[in-house]
Amino acid sequence: MNTALDNYHQKIANASVEDMVLNMGPQHPSTHGVLRLELITDGEIVKEVIPHMGYLHRCFEKHAESLTYQQTIPFTDRLDYLASMNNSHAWVMGVERMLGIDKDIPKRVEYIRVLVCEMNRIASHLIAVGTYGIDIGAFTPFLWLFKDREHIMGMLEWASGSRMLYNYIWVGGLFYDLPVGFEERCREFIDYFKPKMVELNQLLTDNQIFISRTANVGVLPRDVAINYGCSGPMLRGSGLKWDLRRIDGYSVYPELDFEIPVGKGEMGTVGDCWDRYKVRIDEIAQSIKIMEQCLDRLQNELKRTADFDPRAKLPRKLTSKPQDYYVRCEGAKGELGFYFMHTDPRSEVPFRAKVRAPSFNNLSVLPEIAKGVMIADLIAIVGSIDFVLGEVDR
Amino acid sequence: MMFAEIKQLLIDKFGADVIEGEETGGLQPALLIAPDSIVDVCLEVRNNPTTYFDFLSCLTGVDYGVEDGRFGVVYHLASMPYQLQLTLKISKAHNREEAEPVFKSITSVYRTADWHEREAYDLVGIFFEGHPDLRRILLPDDWEGYPLRKDYKTAEYYKGIKIDF
Repeated sequence: MNTALDNYHQKIANASVEDMVLNMGPQHPSTHGVLRLELITDGEIVKEVIPHMGYLHRCFEKHAESLTYQQTIPFTDRLDYLASMNNSHAWVMGVERMLGIDKDIPKRVEYIRVLVCEMNRIASHLIAVGTYGIDIGAFTPFLWLFKDREHIMGMLEWASGSRMLYNYIWVGGLFYDLPVGFEERCREFIDYFKPKMVELNQLLTDNQIFISRTANVGVLPRDVAINYGCSGPMLRGSGLKWDLRRIDGYSVYPELDFEIPVGKGEMGTVGDCWDRYKVRIDEIAQSIKIMEQCLDRLQNELKRTADFDPRAKLPRKLTSKPQDYYVRCEGAKGELGFYFMHTDPRSEVPFRAKVRAPSFNNLSVLPEIAKGVMIADLIAIVGSIDFVLGEVDR
Repeated sequence: MMFAEIKQLLIDKFGADVIEGEETGGLQPALLIAPDSIVDVCLEVRNNPTTYFDFLSCLTGVDYGVEDGRFGVVYHLASMPYQLQLTLKISKAHNREEAEPVFKSITSVYRTADWHEREAYDLVGIFFEGHPDLRRILLPDDWEGYPLRKDYKTAEYYKGIKIDF
């Protein structure tokens, strides 16, 4: 039945006669993980890109079918391991809505969740920008941004006990309250970090070499982006104001004031690599704004009290009524969705769970926009997509 | 536009046979569509100026279990201009001893469906008719069986090498 596999083998066999088949990855540093891109090239020009994934497949969906909702949270951390908080937030939100307890979550818990998610979003974008610089050939921003990111990692480790894979957000509450002094430390970090972004802009954003490498390269038109299911900075880079934090208004985002940066084509065309990069830079600034507002609330009206227990609302049984639910939220890379299918009213285990990973969809547009570009530009395009293979392969 | 209006719109356009039922018990209502007309339905709700579901959020292949003997696909559509969400479901009875169940591919409507359908083929074993390049996507090309099926047994050997852990 599988003629597609034969067709693929035939295509590679034919291509190697007149063109050259070039393997980029799986161990190539600029593929950001174990992604193998099979390129059919004519000299320096890429005629076709065939991505091969699955090197990091960990059977997340199969595991989720045999573990309870609470037990699966550590697995969700490993999807997009650069923004683990966002993953568990989405998963937990979906389960809470299915149980009907999403309105009972204390405000302080919600604000802490948003605070740590935004910190994690900054950390993820710092990696995206830093490694993008190194792909293009700028080594310094990478070192600077990793240094700054380490502050966030340290703070989140202080709160949750681990550096990258937190298991901090639980169904109905949190693992622990924030440690004493966390808010003050956050303020210190923000004061330290704001000038660093100015320095980064001087070093990389307005750098003429960087602009030449990224402007007008890998232009992703808006209709193509939507049809390929791109979301997050990819879609906003193409000029569409689409942010689920605003559209769905989940958690406490409706109470917070922030803007949605979009690509404007300042250096070239709307939707080019530079626009996608710039959207991330602007989003870091917006995330800092959200962090400040959360800290204001957490230090004033939602202060830590001695009797506050973030585990007070933890449900004893995670038994939902039989139903399907698709939850979506704005992860660091785009629309992160979980689809739950619950059939047994006495069970705590989903019948089927599916991840809609933003990186998976964002990566799927690569063969389309990488047609006919130079190999060096392909590196720039791959870097600007900012995918995490843990999420692509699941 | 509400769920009932979308249903009425589809009945007016394609006749009552196109909708096999609906699920309104949970948080998100779903329309059960006749499997053969899924491409037309998707094209209609995408192009109709009153619905404009231009974004395919998620596509899930489902094995409904050995007793139930059905396979299905669930589509989550989103409309960006109207900020709506819609769930479509198709399913058909299938004897799992036979070859893969066959559904129609919607890659011609949403290009996102390309990789999602490859994943559903890879893990659940659903064949999509009209898909341009239906190869396995996450597992190796020579993998035997479909892991997300409910009756999947973990292999003891891989290419003659015993898997003992």
